[in-house]
Amino acid sequence: MSAIVDIIASAGLWAAVLRIATPLILGTLGALLCERSGVLNLGIEGIMTFGAMIGWLAVYHGADLWTGFAIAALAGALFGLLHAGLTVTLGLSQHVSGLGVTLFASSFSYYVFRLAVPVAGTPPTITPFQPLAIPGLSDLPFVGQAFFTQTPPTYVAILLALFLAYLVFRTPLGLAIRMTGENPHAAEAQGINPMVVRYGAVMAGSALMGMAGAFLTLSAFNSFFPTMVQGRGWICIALVVFASWRPERALLGALLFAFFDGFQLRLQTVLGGAVPYQLFLMIPYILSIAALAVMARRARVPQALMQPYRRGER
Amino acid sequence: MSTPVLEIEGVSKRFGTTLANDDISLSLAKGEIVALLGENGAGKTTLMSILFGHYMPDSGRVLVNGVELPPGKPRAAIRAGIGMVHQHFALAPNLTVLENVTTGTESLWSLSLRRADARAKLLSISERFGLKVDPDARLGDLSVGEQQRVEILKALYNDARILVLDEPTAVLTQIEAEHLFATLKDMARQGLSLIFISHKLDEVMSTADRVLVLRGGRHVAERKASETSKAELAELMVGRTVERPVREASTPGEIVLEAAGLTVRTGGVDRLKAVDFRLRAGEILGIIGVSGNGQAVLAQLLSGTAQKTSGDILLFGEPVDTLSVADVVSAGIGRIPEDRNREGAIGEMAIWENAVLERLSRFSRHGLVDRRAGMAFSQRIIDAFDVRGGTPGSRIRLLSGGNMQKLILGRNLIERPRILVAAQPARGLDEGAVASVHERILEARRQGTAVLLISEDLDEVMALADRIQAIVGGRLSPPIPADEASARRLGLMMAGEWPDGEAATRQEEVNHAV
Repeated sequence: MSAIVDIIASAGLWAAVLRIATPLILGTLGALLCERSGVLNLGIEGIMTFGAMIGWLAVYHGADLWTGFAIAALAGALFGLLHAGLTVTLGLSQHVSGLGVTLFASSFSYYVFRLAVPVAGTPPTITPFQPLAIPGLSDLPFVGQAFFTQTPPTYVAILLALFLAYLVFRTPLGLAIRMTGENPHAAEAQGINPMVVRYGAVMAGSALMGMAGAFLTLSAFNSFFPTMVQGRGWICIALVVFASWRPERALLGALLFAFFDGFQLRLQTVLGGAVPYQLFLMIPYILSIAALAVMARRARVPQALMQPYRRGER
Repeated sequence: MSTPVLEIEGVSKRFGTTLANDDISLSLAKGEIVALLGENGAGKTTLMSILFGHYMPDSGRVLVNGVELPPGKPRAAIRAGIGMVHQHFALAPNLTVLENVTTGTESLWSLSLRRADARAKLLSISERFGLKVDPDARLGDLSVGEQQRVEILKALYNDARILVLDEPTAVLTQIEAEHLFATLKDMARQGLSLIFISHKLDEVMSTADRVLVLRGGRHVAERKASETSKAELAELMVGRTVERPVREASTPGEIVLEAAGLTVRTGGVDRLKAVDFRLRAGEILGIIGVSGNGQAVLAQLLSGTAQKTSGDILLFGEPVDTLSVADVVSAGIGRIPEDRNREGAIGEMAIWENAVLERLSRFSRHGLVDRRAGMAFSQRIIDAFDVRGGTPGSRIRLLSGGNMQKLILGRNLIERPRILVAAQPARGLDEGAVASVHERILEARRQGTAVLLISEDLDEVMALADRIQAIVGGRLSPPIPADEASARRLGLMMAGEWPDGEAATRQEEVNHAV
């Protein structure tokens, strides 16, 4: 029991929680933005993989870290354009198109990586983002070490969550996006073009997914390997439901999942000898399913989610 | 008169091989109410969709105050002051009233919503036109009548000077409809111009200044409301004289179906609350009410797809605990479902397959479907019930609504069922088809079938039913005999006003004694 208390009381755990949460925050915000406009984007897993690869590759070839991030976002937006073309313009099944984008983007990532980087025993590395201590705040005892000595993208992700919460609920654009996700015919009747809104939301959301991937290679680790996204995209899809499609709750959901994950990692080192470590790997997922079951019952799904919009049809 | 506020000049629109609008023109003056009258498929909604920019016309143009509108641009139509109240509301149930009204009214790139200003403007408009509504209510929590108010407010909020209403009373109770038309007249007095689409003659005659009749996509006549009659308009609309059949007096037989204190609870909500009714052989019991008041559950219960929570059902005098679909079929209960496309027929399957599905065991031999017998059976239905536009082998979705309904009726009535549960049997059909569906139902009554007619159409219930009960919020009023029913009284009953408790019970006993 005291071992558990020790884990929770360590600043290291909380610093790790924020780090683990960052790609989940960005990915969940991205998926949320798409879904608020009425488009489910299961391309997320593949888009994150591609973002991780292309961001890393850019930096490996000499680009600035932030440029790498921007390239990952741009690549994400392009996959978003593909997904929007299939689901918005052609009105195809959003599930099938999204899974297609994931399979395509994942394989394409490995392919580009193989072309660009010669096979080597140990994968090549870059110099990732270094922790940025926020002056003043980082000197606070415990809290400073836990929350204010993160790498810059983590701060960006948290600010983006707050920004999106404001955008979705407090601006005319956010209202237009919500209306499109609830009833595109109603949006059109108010002079909003639902097609344009959906393209915009899917591309912007996919850009966030690309950034989520890039965090893994440019901040959390320093190299790319094909399986590194490890289902984080799917967790993001679940977190959107957990968050009831609200950006500020997406932030909380991502932090909660990251807490479970960080906790089990440390639990492994304490209790690792007694039981196979795979048991600990399952903990965050089991707890997430339980949390989802509780939270999602009250969620209000965007009413037009997964419904293609065709002008003049009802 | 000065320049018309709105002119539609020579608009034509073709969908595939059908000419939905054929060179239609229309003008509208300030403060005028024009009714666009026509049957389903006459092209009314198409014309209004062109006006509002949802569709591009193939030819013709629209002018507002003498200025031509760019075609196919809803935003331009809104800016020019055209407001549209759709029949299927263009509203988002998860958003608040205020959000529904203000979406798209501010620049999408502005950094904040001006909620306080928006609320003040909304409240002042709702005050001015007597359209009361709570700006912060979630839209999905409002009644249909209130949602329509929001739909109208939305148009007024966009400074509409020309308001188009597509079948505005289709979803309203009589009382709500009367209130709506009073509001519309008030708006016209305040200088707004209105067009409303309808196929109901009464409301057209009582509300409109001018009536434009469309038939088969063509503009067939234009009359001043003061210079025409219902009979003339009906004939212009249908193109021939159609008379709906009316029931003749008869003596009902024994009670075949009785419900006492019947309650159905689904998802934690009582959909039917301790309802009582008795249905006799050879009579039609009309259940009148606005959709969504529990009639769907009542129909499902009697079709075997929902189960009672408490109360008693007596079927042919025998108490029944649970009714499965198979029980219903073997008991000889015919069913006409409310939504014929979703529950009544499987669009992609052949007519003969749709005809035999519920009695498949009779049409199978050695575990295989007896296609030949099925085809013959469906041909009998097609001949007897005058189903046009298909052969036993053609897919059922190729039939028009009226012919599909005739087939569904035929499938049920050809076997002379003892009970027929008919939910909204004439919904969405045009005059000719309505008349023939009604005739079939009356014929079943003559042959001794007990008919439970669930409908929201006052005329239909008053023409067909021997006794009428209103359904409101899952409760059933005591029955009144059809001769005592008037539109006014039924309207009150549909709004939930009937003598309660003991008085009602006594009334029912009196009715049964008589």
